[in-house]
Amino acid sequence: MRFRFTRLILYLVLLGFAVYYLLPVYVLVVTSLKSFAEVNLYRMWDLPHSFSLESFHRALVGGMGYQGLAPNILNSVMMVVPATLISAFLGSVNGYVFSRWQFPGANMLFTLALFGMFIPYQSILIPLVQTLRAIGLYGTIPGLILTHVIYGIPITTLIFRNYYATVPKELVEAARIDGAGLLGVYRRIMLPLSLPGFAVVIIWQFTSIWNDFLFAVTVAQNPAVQPVTVALNNLAGSFIVEWNVQMAGALLAALPTLLVYIFLGRYFMRGLLAGSLKG
Amino acid sequence: MGGKGPAQGRALFLDMRRRLKRDTILSVLLVLPSALAVLVFVYGFIGLTTYVSFSNWNRLVPDYTFVGASNYLRLWQNPRFVITLRNLGVFTGLFVGGSLALGFLLAVLLDRRIKGEGFFRTVYLYPLALSFIVTGVVWRWLLNPGSPQMGSTGINLLLEMMGLGFLKTGWYTDPRIGIIAVAIAAIWQMSGYVMAMYLAGLRGIPEELREAARVDGASELQIYRFVVLPMLRPITFGAMIVLGHISLKIYDLVVAMTGPGPGYFCDVPAYFMWELTFRANRFAQGAGIAVILLVIVSLLIIPYLRHSLRREVEA
Repeated sequence: MRFRFTRLILYLVLLGFAVYYLLPVYVLVVTSLKSFAEVNLYRMWDLPHSFSLESFHRALVGGMGYQGLAPNILNSVMMVVPATLISAFLGSVNGYVFSRWQFPGANMLFTLALFGMFIPYQSILIPLVQTLRAIGLYGTIPGLILTHVIYGIPITTLIFRNYYATVPKELVEAARIDGAGLLGVYRRIMLPLSLPGFAVVIIWQFTSIWNDFLFAVTVAQNPAVQPVTVALNNLAGSFIVEWNVQMAGALLAALPTLLVYIFLGRYFMRGLLAGSLKG
Repeated sequence: MGGKGPAQGRALFLDMRRRLKRDTILSVLLVLPSALAVLVFVYGFIGLTTYVSFSNWNRLVPDYTFVGASNYLRLWQNPRFVITLRNLGVFTGLFVGGSLALGFLLAVLLDRRIKGEGFFRTVYLYPLALSFIVTGVVWRWLLNPGSPQMGSTGINLLLEMMGLGFLKTGWYTDPRIGIIAVAIAAIWQMSGYVMAMYLAGLRGIPEELREAARVDGASELQIYRFVVLPMLRPITFGAMIVLGHISLKIYDLVVAMTGPGPGYFCDVPAYFMWELTFRANRFAQGAGIAVILLVIVSLLIIPYLRHSLRREVEA
């Protein structure tokens, strides 16, 4: 009897925390589904009486005196897809070399690269802007792609290195006895086994590039190329934008990474644990 | 026949060696583009930023005249900079401490053969998939206190509805709270991450260990204190590093949630750096803040990198 009671309390506490974590989503969803007539800051916790997609419409295409997020969502897609694919490919090649081919100085080089994962990017912003200006990529989506690919090298290399380290030595040695060289082992052994590794890295890079704000606001100040995070911040910072449109915009900006998390959470977790160096 | 074997073996050996040498060169060539990119974009740029911080570049047009430490001195005499450092200290303490405590609590609760563990885990962890901008936009409204004339909003309204009106505060509009409100949102976002790390760690502790302690007459609390916590130390350490470096460069959350606030009571160094550099064109002073942030982060990260790589070599 006492056992049952403590279990009940335990579940209630867990549910209480779940409510705490879900509060913001509740406000986001409830508010963005309210019609304009119904939106009232002092009734923000009330459920909507009617169902309306007006706020989503305005958040996407804009309203009186403000732009919608649709073009910025497109910008984000055009940035995040190539950047993610290129950095996954680079990470795979680097990770393979660092896990299996210990050329002299490889460990030192790897450690030096890892440090790049933790630096505050403020410490490279000024030369980055100058360099992108000099090569004509400042204020462009390719400029953002280049930036994300380069600063993604440490984490993608780390995840793939730890992943390839789990491939049995015997497999690699058997292929080498069969005459496979460095590229042969990669193509015949590593690449076919890489799918989970690619899933982890692609999800990780997709999430962090989609969510990035610092590079986006520094490199792409021009509204025509702004990713969605910058546009959302402008939308939410504007006094003329209705509150429910802000909430709908935030929900739209969050949706891609949320969906990835909900459907591919397992891989998301693995990237997370790799991000803390332990693999 | 007798002479052929060794000769063939030798040929094979030479061939292997030749291939190995070729492959070693190839392996270097494969990582070369990435290595050069990191060398230039991380180390080269850090060098340039450091140089700029000692230069006279405090207007739009670059001026690389060396002026010594005068930018650092000017920062130090700037009250706003001192306030951002103090805020950063408060924020880091609350954010790291709060996330660790809440994450540990959730992990311990979830580690008791819970039905629907997957559901709870998903719910506690999902904020991590969001951008700090989204978090900031939502929490700005949640912690918007409302006004005495018009009525409460957000969390204050919720407290009122639950009959806990005495807990209402001005949140980020109150100078005494300010940055603490930002920390509340940051803890909401990152505590699930700590929970996930601790849960993985708890699952790695063999049940026999706890059983043995129980047989020795230890209470559940004592088991956590003397068996579980010491075994989780590496995880605590790792989580502190990750949270600590996120905390030191916190920027987007402040931008979206509060801005620096009147009297800068929500301001942080990364925010001040961006404004100084890209709004006020004081590139050299902005670079100075960036270098100070980098030094603080390095003091945290370099020992950690050395430690975890040494452990890896030993393993």
